[in-house]
Amino acid sequence: MGTTHAHAGHVETGPKLYYLTWVWLLTLTAIEVTLAYFHLPVGLMLFLLMGLSIVKAALIMAHFMHLRFERLSLVVTLIPAMVLCITLLAVFFPDGVRAFRLAVR
Amino acid sequence: MAEHIERLRFAEWEGGVSPFAVGSKKLGMWLFIVSDSLTFSGLLVGYSYVRIASERWPMPFEFWPTIVMATLMTFCLLSSSLTMALAVRASSLGDRSRTVRFILLTMLGGILFILLHAREWAGLIAEGVRMWENPWGVPLFGASFFTLTGLHMLHVASGVIYLSVIALGVSRGRFTHEDVEISGLYWHFVDLVWMFIFPLVYLLSVKMP
Repeated sequence: MGTTHAHAGHVETGPKLYYLTWVWLLTLTAIEVTLAYFHLPVGLMLFLLMGLSIVKAALIMAHFMHLRFERLSLVVTLIPAMVLCITLLAVFFPDGVRAFRLAVR
Repeated sequence: MAEHIERLRFAEWEGGVSPFAVGSKKLGMWLFIVSDSLTFSGLLVGYSYVRIASERWPMPFEFWPTIVMATLMTFCLLSSSLTMALAVRASSLGDRSRTVRFILLTMLGGILFILLHAREWAGLIAEGVRMWENPWGVPLFGASFFTLTGLHMLHVASGVIYLSVIALGVSRGRFTHEDVEISGLYWHFVDLVWMFIFPLVYLLSVKMP
């Protein structure tokens, strides 16, 4: 128990950072909703929406979840493995397209 | 002896005292979050798979009410994340009544989200969307929609219950700052997942005017 509060430095973040993060998240959401009504090719739309969502997720993790102020060893242990596993799930997509081409019409 | 312990403290990966410099409860929550993010990723990838494997995926969401309501729900969740971050800050400053008040605000955001979402579900069900059938063809539309948003709603609902327990404990002085911070991690994660469900499920299925 004695080591529970052995935070590296124990950074005190002001509320200003939280409000700023909130404003940015709302702005990015507004951009996403507006973007959805542009007539863009699906691939480009997906790329833009996912890009913005990843930025939003990074903002939430870094500021709200305090990951920016944790020791780097924690970040390195958690995030790359998670991102790799999620990315590996994309291995199924070529099969989705194949199923579509093989479908009986 | 003291010198030995001092060396261990700095040798982070060689039996050091606390290589991540977080408590075991907080590390546990982080590991849960990583595994839960894979659950949601699996569902989102499954949804995307059936979507690209279907010839004509329905795009039924009107600007009013669905997209406006879903945007409002996003606003509720983002704002509740802000109040949760402020609650964690208040508890780190030792201000218990402020902590409880901010947690209650966070719960309010979560409850509003659930109510708006339930209203939307009711609307879709009234339109004839079911788990295995809907008026627009492609039966898997309902299955993927209800599974994804339902699992997320379950997370929000259990988050509200979790936060109520934390608020009660803090007001009685039973829980420490670490407990509040950990519940905050969970809440922000639920918010984070919605940041992917919202564009993938709603914004990519808007009915173009």
